[in-house]
Amino acid sequence: MTQARDNYVLDLTLARRGYALNRLLGSLMDVANRQRFSRDEAAYCAEYGLSPEQRRAVMERDWTQLLELGASVFYAFKLTMVDRTSMQHLSAAFTGMSPEEFAAVMRAGGRNFG
Amino acid sequence: MASVIWGLATSHVPPIGAAMDSGRTQDPYWKPLFDGYAPARKWMADHQPDVAVIVYNDHANFVGLDMVPAFAIGAADSYAVADEGRGRRPVPPVAGAPELSEHLIRELIDDGFDITTCSRLDVDHGLTVPLSVYCPEPGDAWPCAVVPLLVNVIQYPQPTAARCLALGKALGRAIRSYPRDTKVAVFGTGGMSHQLAGARAGLINTRFDRWFLDAIEHDPASLAALSREEYIAEAGTEGIELIMWLVMRGALSDDIVRVHETYHVPASNTAAGLALFEELGG
Repeated sequence: MTQARDNYVLDLTLARRGYALNRLLGSLMDVANRQRFSRDEAAYCAEYGLSPEQRRAVMERDWTQLLELGASVFYAFKLTMVDRTSMQHLSAAFTGMSPEEFAAVMRAGGRNFG
Repeated sequence: MASVIWGLATSHVPPIGAAMDSGRTQDPYWKPLFDGYAPARKWMADHQPDVAVIVYNDHANFVGLDMVPAFAIGAADSYAVADEGRGRRPVPPVAGAPELSEHLIRELIDDGFDITTCSRLDVDHGLTVPLSVYCPEPGDAWPCAVVPLLVNVIQYPQPTAARCLALGKALGRAIRSYPRDTKVAVFGTGGMSHQLAGARAGLINTRFDRWFLDAIEHDPASLAALSREEYIAEAGTEGIELIMWLVMRGALSDDIVRVHETYHVPASNTAAGLALFEELGG
């Protein structure tokens, strides 16, 4: 898994890099699209013109790499709907914690960076 | 003439809405947050506006990345509740106030704010959760009409905090020049500190949030002086939503009183804050 940078800010360079990727992720708001995606993820990625790196990141749920390749976290979140997980699951993946560990850290007041 | 009667700043975290929609507000996880809301809700129920101007951002639910308006105002008769992928929230559709929208858009453009207009806008949790914070049980209809005011906080460069405060001041002037006896509340939504992605995911900065909660009343200029980068460093990549509180604050005068505030960690990944101000200047 890719090592996450501290912050991901969707600037216009990243938005350009991630345009097709965010379009695909946004399409997953629609339940029929989610079903079609689940039947053949690779074909669905090809349909949206993803690069091989983006396709791999989608299929492996490499969340950090998805953001490196231009996904907005709010679009990446749509992929958790396919997996029936949550934003906390996604957020945890950047930190090396399990979703349960991450949720416990949040309940204890979150992560303080000074 | 129209008047601004109060301003509400509140987080708009989706699970706050989900907790209400699924009847879990008395669960141990959520009870402290909703107990904190109670005095504000009671006061707002006794001081109902005709229209709420709700400053919020869309979260990849209706406004895509094809066109990203810095500031936009809805000008429709009504706004559908967006399906964010798991079905619509079980809340009423949002009635618009199109004549007030038209007035505000014209006044703001004449005042130097080149507003994008939206004739269709499906409103996501950024708008509907604050409405539920105001009115937990709307029944078949919300108790007020709504003018949605969108701010881009998703894609860099977001408007500066200073510009948001200036927009709020112009919004306040525009509301007060509306030639009808309309009572308006202004909602600033989003925040407080939170970060959803990156190695700092899970960031909570209570020190910053407490300072912000105080300064939004007494010293909004110091909040407007912070750069985007400072917001991101202190409040997290998504905590930059706090710039939307400054639009609300700008619409109020300096003659305000704090009715209530509450602060609770966590609401999912987020520090949830609420601050309610009564406008004494009208």
